[in-house]
Amino acid sequence: MAIIVAAIVAVLSIKLGQFRDYQIAEIAVEVTAVAGLTVLTGLSGQISLGNAAFMAIGAYTTALLLIHLNWPFYLALVIAGAATAVAGAVVGIAAARLRGPYLAGATLMLGVALPAIAYVYPATFGGDQGLNVTFTAPAFLGVNFPLTRWQAWVSTLVALIVLVLLANLDRSRIGRNWRAVRDDDVAAALDGINVAAARVRAFVVSAVCAGLAGALLTIISEQAGPGDFTITVSIALLTAAVIGGLGSLPGALWGSLVIVLVPTYVTDMASSHGLSSSVGNNIPIAAYGVLLILVMLVFPQGIQGGLRRLIGAFLGPNTKSRRIAPTPHVTPSADQAPASQHEKEGTS
Amino acid sequence: MKKSQRLRWQAMAILAVAVLGAAACSSSSSSSGSSASSSSAALTASAPGITPTTITIGSHQPLTGPAAPGYSEIAPASNAYFQYVNAHGGVYGRKIVYKYLNDAYDPTTTASVVRQLVLQDNIYALFNGLGTPTHLAAVSFLNSEKVPDVFVASGCDCWNQPTTYPETFGWQLDYISEGKILGQYVAQHFKGKKVAFFYQDDEFGMDGVKGLDYEIPSSMVVSKQSYVDTNVNIAPQVAALRASGAQVVVSFSIPAFTALLKLDSLKLGFNPTLVVSDVGSDPITLSGLLESFAKQGGATVNGNQLTNGMITDEYLPALSTSDSWYVLFKKIHDQYDAKEPLDGNFFYGMSVAYTFVQAMLNAGRNPTRTDLLTAIEHGLPQGPMVAPFAYSSTNHLGVTGAYIGVVQNGVVTQQGSVLTTTTSPTSPITTYTGSEEQAPASGIPSP
Repeated sequence: MAIIVAAIVAVLSIKLGQFRDYQIAEIAVEVTAVAGLTVLTGLSGQISLGNAAFMAIGAYTTALLLIHLNWPFYLALVIAGAATAVAGAVVGIAAARLRGPYLAGATLMLGVALPAIAYVYPATFGGDQGLNVTFTAPAFLGVNFPLTRWQAWVSTLVALIVLVLLANLDRSRIGRNWRAVRDDDVAAALDGINVAAARVRAFVVSAVCAGLAGALLTIISEQAGPGDFTITVSIALLTAAVIGGLGSLPGALWGSLVIVLVPTYVTDMASSHGLSSSVGNNIPIAAYGVLLILVMLVFPQGIQGGLRRLIGAFLGPNTKSRRIAPTPHVTPSADQAPASQHEKEGTS
Repeated sequence: MKKSQRLRWQAMAILAVAVLGAAACSSSSSSSGSSASSSSAALTASAPGITPTTITIGSHQPLTGPAAPGYSEIAPASNAYFQYVNAHGGVYGRKIVYKYLNDAYDPTTTASVVRQLVLQDNIYALFNGLGTPTHLAAVSFLNSEKVPDVFVASGCDCWNQPTTYPETFGWQLDYISEGKILGQYVAQHFKGKKVAFFYQDDEFGMDGVKGLDYEIPSSMVVSKQSYVDTNVNIAPQVAALRASGAQVVVSFSIPAFTALLKLDSLKLGFNPTLVVSDVGSDPITLSGLLESFAKQGGATVNGNQLTNGMITDEYLPALSTSDSWYVLFKKIHDQYDAKEPLDGNFFYGMSVAYTFVQAMLNAGRNPTRTDLLTAIEHGLPQGPMVAPFAYSSTNHLGVTGAYIGVVQNGVVTQQGSVLTTTTSPTSPITTYTGSEEQAPASGIPSP
């Protein structure tokens, strides 16, 4: 199935312009990172304000492998995933002992401190200007093949693989254990679930997703610099997860679409209305903020939750709408509960 | 169960793709130039971004974020000059369309907006992309797409790599030469005093320090402190400068950090002579920043008083009513951009736009992209600059010299002659004997 999807994306990427291809790639990067975070926060009930740090690890690993060892990019991606898995496990072991604001604080610290390492070792990491890598489309596609299309293909493929794996993980025993831990860790422990191990596992999964996203970002923007992984990026990831609908993989897509596409459009709008620069320059930021507030007011469970409710209302609460609705949910409790009461997805 | 799960996943994946497509399709709002009108038949669409009636160029600028104060005025100033040219016949009848996008001084955003300009808006050239770390995220892409990357708003000597980056040209004085000129002044005028450096921790600051080190004996230098532009807490660095006993602090900083340096020094009762590189020393911008930062901290200061005595260097003429360029640019300012302050940043934006129009005129009636590069490599008249440009096929740096200035009551006053030099550690600093060009009466350069 994923192959068919990939083929559709390929056709789209050929039909669309090159900048749209680049945006598809950007969205795929975002989806990869947000999907990992939404699993961590929505399913296992932990929070991370520092996932951009894992992206940085993936990005720099990829850049260093590509520059110094000339590795093919797919191997670099695999190693980047492995490196962030190790980092995620280390952080996860510490994080499994923390909860709520303490966990948020610890991950925030990670997000602030880790990218700063690039400044401390400028010889290795290139300091503020980061590392430049060269990424080219493979020769068999021909010399005139647009690089951005290849970048869109690679990132979409990785994003789809990640989504397939996460969807499977979600329905497996591991996913059920996460939800049990999230809802009541004492009850989960009494049921024989190793709470700490489940939490560490969730952290590793989320870190690997972020690491892959960072690696993809390196090959699409052809550089890795500390400015790409600031604390604002971590917050943007969390924003996308919440806006899309916590714990929901389609929600990760909605959220990514919002945070990648909306700022571009409001910039175009602001610049085309002849406002004075001090006002016009800040309109995109203000508009983005207003949009986030509106989405949370209209759809308190995120866009995915809102869509589910709308479709439920449209088809009536008792029809078997979910069998034909194009927006499947990933939380099994929804099979028993009416969609509109499906509010248990929170970090609490 | 297994099968229904797979169905769900299929539905979700198809939907995902559909949305990607829909989102992408719905937004192809690229604004291409208007169709050919009744103007001269000889004008053709000779290159991407050039139509018989328009030349579309683009830029990435920090309209918000840490570098915005001061620098956000540059692109509107350039645009005001282009509007003036458009209203007075354009470039061989073509109007310049200048599309500048906000990158908030964030390299990831730069990479994205530059791709938007090149791949979607189909610009002829990238003009005056601002910032060293930001433009570094775009320079290899622009060169691989063969888009002229002219007059980068940064003095990093990294733009001067004609073999690696044939499309890229600097414009302003490079930071190494600037460091040498400031360094020589410090070494001559502050003999026996303790000197410290404060600099931005990237190519900009490090190039500047390189130039300073060529001229200032290391025995005079007591401390070197750096900052990163994402962290406004520079109290530890300022404390270290104070502890070093420095009597002169040379600063390679953007305006916001020059202001923070001054205010944090005041708090500690530390009052060294400040020597600030051109990019961080515009007195009008600084005065505004000093007053607004102090207000945030609950204090009131007089910005102009605080910048008094600051030493800097300047490669554009002083803002004085006796200067022909000032008169010209003020006229355009009042007509097209009166909302923005008439300060050094405005002057910068006007001057670089003037140089661009000069280069376009030299490139010919129906220029290809290569024609523009060739025109610049054949050398350009210095226009408003106080020293000549260095452009040639082996040198892509911009202006070659500057004069030392001292700030008094919000105005930079020239001290001594214009000095020229190069980036080489051994090349001498010489007095420039040529005279400044006068602004053309039409306000538009001649080819």
